[in-house]
Amino acid sequence: MSLYFLRRALGAVLVLLVISVVVYAIFYVAPGDPAKLACGPRCNPEQLRQVREQLGLNDPVYVQYWHFLQGIFVGHDYSTGTGTMHCDAPCFGLSYQNNQQVTDLIAERLPATLSLSVGVVVLWLLLGVGIGLLAVVRRGGLLERALIWLSLAGTATPVFVSGLALMMLFCAYLEWLPFPSYVPLTDDPEQWAWNMLLPWVTLALLGASIYARMTRSSMLETLAEDHVRTFRAYGVSERAIIGKHALRGAVAPIVAMTAADFGSLIGGTMLTETMFGLPGVGQMLVRSVQTVDLPVVVAVVMLIGAAVVVANIIGDTLYALADRRVALR
Amino acid sequence: MTDLIGTKEPEAVTPNGAAASGARQVWRRLRARKSALVAAAVLGLLVLLALGAPLLAALEGQDANTYHDALVDSARGGVPTGSLGGISADHWLGVEPGTGRDLFVRLLYGARVSLMVAVGATLVQVLVAVTVGLAAALGNRFVEGLLNGVTEVMIAMPLLVFAVALTAVVPPDFPRPALLVVVIGLVAWGGLARVVRAQALGLKKLDYVSAARLAGGSTWRVARRELLPGLAAPVLTYVAYLLSNNIVLEASMSFLGVGVKPPTPSWGQMLSSATTWFRTDPMYVVLPALMLLVTSLAFTVLGDAVRIALDPREKSRLGVGRSKKRRAAKKVKGGAA
Repeated sequence: MSLYFLRRALGAVLVLLVISVVVYAIFYVAPGDPAKLACGPRCNPEQLRQVREQLGLNDPVYVQYWHFLQGIFVGHDYSTGTGTMHCDAPCFGLSYQNNQQVTDLIAERLPATLSLSVGVVVLWLLLGVGIGLLAVVRRGGLLERALIWLSLAGTATPVFVSGLALMMLFCAYLEWLPFPSYVPLTDDPEQWAWNMLLPWVTLALLGASIYARMTRSSMLETLAEDHVRTFRAYGVSERAIIGKHALRGAVAPIVAMTAADFGSLIGGTMLTETMFGLPGVGQMLVRSVQTVDLPVVVAVVMLIGAAVVVANIIGDTLYALADRRVALR
Repeated sequence: MTDLIGTKEPEAVTPNGAAASGARQVWRRLRARKSALVAAAVLGLLVLLALGAPLLAALEGQDANTYHDALVDSARGGVPTGSLGGISADHWLGVEPGTGRDLFVRLLYGARVSLMVAVGATLVQVLVAVTVGLAAALGNRFVEGLLNGVTEVMIAMPLLVFAVALTAVVPPDFPRPALLVVVIGLVAWGGLARVVRAQALGLKKLDYVSAARLAGGSTWRVARRELLPGLAAPVLTYVAYLLSNNIVLEASMSFLGVGVKPPTPSWGQMLSSATTWFRTDPMYVVLPALMLLVTSLAFTVLGDAVRIALDPREKSRLGVGRSKKRRAAKKVKGGAA
C-alpha cells in the first residue's frame, strides 16, 4: 500500500512537472512579449525596458523557467525600483492588472469556489443515486421511462441553459429564492446556503443525470448476476436485494467516476460562477483571460491541474477500497 | 503515469465493425430505430436552415446586423415592443432586446457558427486522435508509454478550463471561429485516442493483419491499408458524441465571452446577454436555449443509435428505444413477483 502511494506520488510529481513546462511554454514563451502585456497599453520604451528587466525576460528561457519554479517552491523577490518586494512561496508572480500577488488573489476567491463545488458534489451524488435507485425499483414501468428521458435531457442541457431556466422560474416568476449573490459562510450560514441553493442545483442536475443513468445500468447488471438469483431462491426480500446487494455493486463505479469527473466539475463551476456572478476562481480565470493577465491564468491552470491529479489518486484508492477485486498496483 | 485515471476500461473492441456487417445492414438497423430517425430529421433540418440562412433571411426581408430602434421600447430599457419578444409578420421570431436586431436571422447564423465550429473541431480531433491512437498501438514501448501518458492526462484535465485559458495567448485579431476550431480540436481528443488505440490493438492480433505484416508490408502500409478501415466503426460512433460535445463547448466559450465575438451571432453569446433580459423578455432566453438543447440532444440520440446499428451486440447506453435490456429487466421483475 505505501509502495503504491510512493509510486503514485512520484508519478503525480512527474505529470505536474511536465504540465508546468508545457503551460510555461504556451503562456510565457509563445505569445511574443509578456513585458508589453505587463506594462499595459500606455507604455513608453523606457518603462518597457524596466518591466523586461524586472520580469527577468532578458535571461535565457530555461533560466526564466527555473525562476518560475523557484518562485513556486521558495518564493521570489521583485525589485520595484525603490526597493525589493518579496513574494512568498508558492509565488506565481504578480498580476499584470494590479500588481497583487496571484496567490493572494486566488486565496481570496477560493471560498466561493469551494462552497459551490462541495455542495454540488454532495447534491449530485444524492440526486444521481436516488434517481437511479428509483428507476431500478420501478423498472419496466412508466416512471422508469420518464426518468430515463429526463436524465437524457439533463445530460444534454448545458449549465447556463438550466441555470437560466431555474432562475426564471424560482427567482423571477415564483420568487421563492433570491437572485444568487455570494454571502461568505462565516458571515451568515443561513444566507450562504439560501443563496447557493440555485447554483448547487443547477450544476448538480447535470452530474446527477449522468450518475442516475450509470447507477441504474450497473444495478441492473448486478441484478442479472447469478448470486442475486441465488439470494432470491433463498427468499431474500426484493428490498434487501436492491438496497444491499445491487446498490453495493453500483458504489465502486460511482466512486471511480466521481474522481474522473473532477475535471468536468471544475469546468462546470467556471460556467456556474460566471452565470450567477459568484466571485470564485473560475470567474477570475475568465476575466483574466479577457484581460490577458497571464500570471493569473497560468496559476489557475496549474492549480487545477494539480487538483485533478490529486483527485485521481484519491479516486483510484477509494475505488480499490470499494471494490476488493481491484488490487492497488 | 498511464494509470493517472486507470479506472475506466477502454471501449470494447469490435473487430468486425462497419466493413464486416455491411453498410446496407447498418443503414437498415439505423432506420429501424424511431428515435434515430427523429434525431436525423431534426439535424437534417438544422443543417438546411444553416446552409439556407442567407436565402431565408432574404425571404423574411431582414438581415443579421441592422438595428431597429423603433421596435424596442427605450422607456422600458429596450424591451421589444409587441407581444412575445416582438414577433410580427416582419420579424418572425421577434427582435433582440436593446438593439432590435432580427432574432430569426441571428439564430440561423448562430446555427451556422455552431455547426461550423463543431464540425471543424471534430475533424481536428479525429485527425489528432487517430494519429496518436494508431502510433500508440504500433509504436515501441517508449512511444506507447509516452502517448498513453499524454492521452490519459488530456482525458483527466478539465477541457473547458484549458480551452478558455488557451484563448488568452492568441492575438485578438485572429478569426474567432477558426480559433475555436483549433482550441477545441487540440484539447478534447483524449477519449477518442484511447478508443482508437484499443481498437487498433485488437485488430493487430487478427490474422489478416498478421498476414499483411508477414507479407512484408511496412508499418505505415499496414496502418493505412489494414487498420484504418477497421477503425471506421468506433470512430464514427464517437464522432456523434464529439459533435454534441463540441456544440456545447462552443456555446459555453461564447457564453463566457471568450468564444465567438460580436457582431457574429452565436447561441452561447445570446444566452449570455439573455442573463440580463430574462425578466423582461423571456423569449430571448427561450429561443437560443431551445436551439442549443435540441441540437445537442439530437446528436446524443443519433450517436447512441449509430453505435447500436454498427454493433447490434451493444446495448443502448441511453436506454431509449426498444432494447433487449428492457425486456430482460421486465423478465427479472416478473421473476421476482
